[in-house]
Amino acid sequence: MALEKIIQVTGRGVYVTGEDIDTDRIIPARFMKCVTFDGLGEYAFYDERKNPDGSEKPHPLNDSRYLGAGILLSGSNFGCGSSREHAPQALYRFGFRAVLAESFAEIFFGNSTTLGIPCAIMSKQDIQALTGLVESNPALLITLDLLEGKVTAADMDFDARLPDHAREALVSGKWDAIADLLEGLPDIQRVAGTLPYFEAACVRV
Amino acid sequence: MAHGNRNDKELALFAAYNDNFRFADWRNFITIMSKTLLDKVWEAHAVRLLPNGATQLLIGTHLIHEVTSPQAFGMLRDLGLKVLYPERTFATVDHIVPTDEREEPFSDPLADEMIKALRKNCAESGVTFFDLPSGKQGIVHIVGPEQGITQPGTTIACGDSHTSTHGAFGAIAFGIGTSQVRDVLATQTMAIHKPKVRRINVEGKLSPGVYSKDVILHIIRKLGVNGGLGYAYEYGGSTFDAFTQEERMTVCNMSIEGGARVGYVNPDETTFAYLKGRPYAPKDADWDTAVTRWKSFASDPDAPYDDVITYQAADISPTVTWGINPGQAIFINEKVPTAAELPEKDRATAEEALVHMHLKAGQPIKGVKVDVAFLGSCTNGRLSDLTEVARYLKGKKVSPTVKAIVVPGSQGVSLLAEEMGLAEIFRDAGFEWRGAGCSMCLGMNPDQLVGDQLCASSSNRNFKGRQGSPTGRTILMSPLMVAAAAITGEITDARELFAMS
Repeated sequence: MALEKIIQVTGRGVYVTGEDIDTDRIIPARFMKCVTFDGLGEYAFYDERKNPDGSEKPHPLNDSRYLGAGILLSGSNFGCGSSREHAPQALYRFGFRAVLAESFAEIFFGNSTTLGIPCAIMSKQDIQALTGLVESNPALLITLDLLEGKVTAADMDFDARLPDHAREALVSGKWDAIADLLEGLPDIQRVAGTLPYFEAACVRV
Repeated sequence: MAHGNRNDKELALFAAYNDNFRFADWRNFITIMSKTLLDKVWEAHAVRLLPNGATQLLIGTHLIHEVTSPQAFGMLRDLGLKVLYPERTFATVDHIVPTDEREEPFSDPLADEMIKALRKNCAESGVTFFDLPSGKQGIVHIVGPEQGITQPGTTIACGDSHTSTHGAFGAIAFGIGTSQVRDVLATQTMAIHKPKVRRINVEGKLSPGVYSKDVILHIIRKLGVNGGLGYAYEYGGSTFDAFTQEERMTVCNMSIEGGARVGYVNPDETTFAYLKGRPYAPKDADWDTAVTRWKSFASDPDAPYDDVITYQAADISPTVTWGINPGQAIFINEKVPTAAELPEKDRATAEEALVHMHLKAGQPIKGVKVDVAFLGSCTNGRLSDLTEVARYLKGKKVSPTVKAIVVPGSQGVSLLAEEMGLAEIFRDAGFEWRGAGCSMCLGMNPDQLVGDQLCASSSNRNFKGRQGSPTGRTILMSPLMVAAAAITGEITDARELFAMS
């Protein structure tokens, strides 16, 4: 399965404030009543962006200056909580192609990588500095370079790192594991054959 | 830190093989005498090393439900793939099922579409579905153990972060996203990096009125909501040895709330006694063979851990949350922390939490008015939770200002509770007795908070909007503390209300 090699992501940035942004906040559970991921984009951060009557709250994602931003900046432990892939699916469909944060929750990080959304880790200081640049010039293009491990914006650059395995997967176009996993079929059957509970599966009550 | 008996030469040798050196990895490659349960289960299920350094890990048991599986089946169809081991995949419906309306079609057409999609996907692929009419339906993390599907020394995955619950049996159980659900359906494997292991000991006897829920809330409070990032939590010590299987499940369930994707307890006689005679447990001659095998998976006494932490049971009091993540917790007799009492990094979230919760720094949590009491969820919706509450609830009445609901975790739990007369005790006290499901833990069905109602909840997450209303407020606590709040209409120390000593 040929996938795009994700080496650089360029776009405008937007900073969503807060630590421990959980996946319920990224996509409230009531919007997961669906059998496809289509259409989830409009519900990204819904309760942060909208009042119960549907009117808009002041929020960076409602701010026309940041309209069309493709790179999301946030705090630590981003994506904690529920394992719902609906969260990165919603962010992708909202238009985000990369997330820069101080740290990421593990399941969210894995889900995002599998969708080809790089999640790069930056220091708090650098996130703040980058946010400062973005807020003073929302049209500023920022580039995440996975090979360099850097984010560049204006004439500044910042360290932005991914764990080696995720970076490799993205830059080599192997971020979706299914092809690799399918190649292991003979080994899968061999290992399953060593486990008594696989055989016992046929015994029914 | 307890790194076992590794010498520098071994470390250097391995480091030379692997530029991406991590302590957790080198245990995979060097033959060692002592191992953790995680090491042993990993070795038994590792299919091969993938090019990116992840392990292709065989998933012995795949549990699926209606919310995170339909897209995975769709992806499978798009790729022209089939479910590889349908006999190792089990389904139930839990998140969207109404608890007061059990007839189909459901009033909510979206919920109705989801149950029908799961039914169709299971029928087409030969997956066992514990459907509503089966009498075995319930929250996936309650059904697996109840049916004896969850077993020691196995790997389990489910598209739900509370899959860590199954670790209570000495299984390694992962919450996964939908693309990984697809991977497991198609290959019965997934790509994953081996976590480090933190051993968490709790020693001694818990005081009356202090429960396993308080233990896990205390651990998360101490280690933080991201303290477990990259770790599996191995829980042990005399407190865990004395815990029932269901108490262990409550703790393992919330591992993810502390950032640890996996949490487990080593299997012992308590585990085996729980499993014996359950529908999918080994039978007759196979039982003894299985128990011998299961025992062999327990961590060796001198197993190496990446970190070890010990808490004393006597130091733990009934614990409640005051904020918008499960780490924002205090003992019932404490006050909501002031900014000065918190580390600098936690202050912004604390401020946001106080605004959302309508609380003030420095105020006692006891006495805060409660609108709703929710007893249920994969954390605390099991028979022992209901039994314990019913012991104290008998003869008491829910406050007229509180809407109180009990949602048994499964139809199995519900049936037993009815037979034991527990349901009657709850009804007599003024609780609504509902059908099984996830219900108000996440408000995907009609059981939702309204406006800024405050809910005393036995569930696992107090995130903003978690219980269905964006402005709804959640205070997490043990089931008995929920009952106490339901009776008085405010956050209450159950030990005082029920004169426990």
